[in-house]
Amino acid sequence: MSATAPGVARLSLVHAKYTLIETFRIPVAVIGTLVFPALALLFFVVPNRAVADDPASATQAVLSLAVFAVMSNGLFGFGLGIAENREKAWDPYLRTLPAPGMARVLAQFFSTGVLGFVAILPIIVVAGLFTAAEASPLRILAGLLALGFAAIPFMLIGICIGYSLPMKAAIAVVQVIMFALAFGGGLFLPPQLFAGWLDAISMWLPTRQAREFVIWAVQGGELPWWAWVGVIAWSIVLLLLALLLFRRDEGRRYR
Amino acid sequence: MNDPGSGGASSGDALAAFTAVTRRYGEVLAVDDVTLDIPPGEIVGLLGPNGAGKSTLLALLQGLRRPTSGTVRLFGGDPRDARNRQRLGSTPQETALPDSLKVGEVIDFVGSHFAERVPTAVIADQFGLGDLLRRQTGSLSGGQKRRVSVALAFVGAPRLVLLDEPTTGLDVDARRVLWDAIRAQHDAGVTVVVTSHYLEEIEALAERVVVVGHGRVLADDTLGRVLAHVGRSRIRLETDDAPAIARLDPAVHWQSDGHAHLFTTADSDAFVRALVGSGIPFRGLTVRGATLEEAFLALTETERSHTGRTLA
Repeated sequence: MSATAPGVARLSLVHAKYTLIETFRIPVAVIGTLVFPALALLFFVVPNRAVADDPASATQAVLSLAVFAVMSNGLFGFGLGIAENREKAWDPYLRTLPAPGMARVLAQFFSTGVLGFVAILPIIVVAGLFTAAEASPLRILAGLLALGFAAIPFMLIGICIGYSLPMKAAIAVVQVIMFALAFGGGLFLPPQLFAGWLDAISMWLPTRQAREFVIWAVQGGELPWWAWVGVIAWSIVLLLLALLLFRRDEGRRYR
Repeated sequence: MNDPGSGGASSGDALAAFTAVTRRYGEVLAVDDVTLDIPPGEIVGLLGPNGAGKSTLLALLQGLRRPTSGTVRLFGGDPRDARNRQRLGSTPQETALPDSLKVGEVIDFVGSHFAERVPTAVIADQFGLGDLLRRQTGSLSGGQKRRVSVALAFVGAPRLVLLDEPTTGLDVDARRVLWDAIRAQHDAGVTVVVTSHYLEEIEALAERVVVVGHGRVLADDTLGRVLAHVGRSRIRLETDDAPAIARLDPAVHWQSDGHAHLFTTADSDAFVRALVGSGIPFRGLTVRGATLEEAFLALTETERSHTGRTLA
């Protein structure tokens, strides 16, 4: 027992730890996020040998699904997590404990990050075993960092949904947004197959920007300017919206 | 009644202090110019009907809300700064515990926030939770959740504890066990603020009673003196001359429910004796104890109809 109060870093880890324990005690809640991307890879990419046997195409398909996993995790983790907490009295109780708000925000990013990493692992395993996808360890590391950066807009979309909708509505909205962004961003079908007009719209979507950015990090080549500018622009706009919704929620949610 | 002039002088030693605090939610005035000190060593009962401002007062002390005007101090600092909440203990509302965590984990989770924490085994012993530590909170009964919730307030070796309706929904035995545990903590030096709807709970625990209504402090005095002012019996009867009956006791609260009249009074025996002695005709007389809610509503309305008159 120590006589000094625990610091922000320790409290962040403690909050993240118990959030993760809660999550893994009810695995059904995260099973979709963890399993669906790997299943999609197994059923749609692996049997299609034209893609699976070509190292460049296979790697791109795998990376697209990794982006999908990270997006799904961010939308569900933040969107449903926040919407659920807003409906429970436990969350305001935690705010009465001597932990700065920053510790709770960091804990949320940390626990969602751990889950995102867990969601990517089965994709890497399936890709390594059943496809010709390839990347050096250094490139894989670069890809993970790029995924972390590209995931920011999705976490912020999740925060916006969580603070503006009740739990049940949030589930529906998250699913609609998730699949619309996934198809529109070329995560399920490569953008090379898109019609011209769809390709033009696609470039405005954070999923497409994330896909190009992560593929660039792993495969190299030329990074279109709109990919990284887009991720940053979406992050700024969504951060402002999230702050606005957070403030509005504080004022309304009184007892 | 709290004298605004003396509020500032003693707030230096107080664990918590409200100075001219007002809190609005849009158009709603939840707390209206409240000045109140919580010095160390007391058990303070915070009473009032729903919507009187009790929860907002607690939320201000917990740093969940910011006052619209005035200052709230906790251990001499701003309660919105987490460091000033190191010695504050609270209970979750509605006994909302995270369903999938075990009781022992919830206690450890909360305990990990504090510099000086009471070991889980000691807390479990004090609140009779020994058999429950390995159970998930979702599987507990309402009474067991209540005990865990109250125990959480004491995990961080607090100097000040806020208990919001600590025994709502418990049977009489369970309530007494919890009161004993709270009193034991108070004897060990913890200052307690408790809100309740149960008159027995306040009588069992509180030494000082603060009555709030419409966001204002209506009474702030020892338990005995406040109870003397609160109408505790309801007399219902039919009569043609209700104003004359109301004049029998200057402190009575009188209202009509259509065909019968209701009198809320502190001493029903004396009131009935005076009624019979007066010879005023009446019929269908019944006497029953007023609920705390009714008693305080009566007090609140009396207070409004006699603006400027204070209780103490």
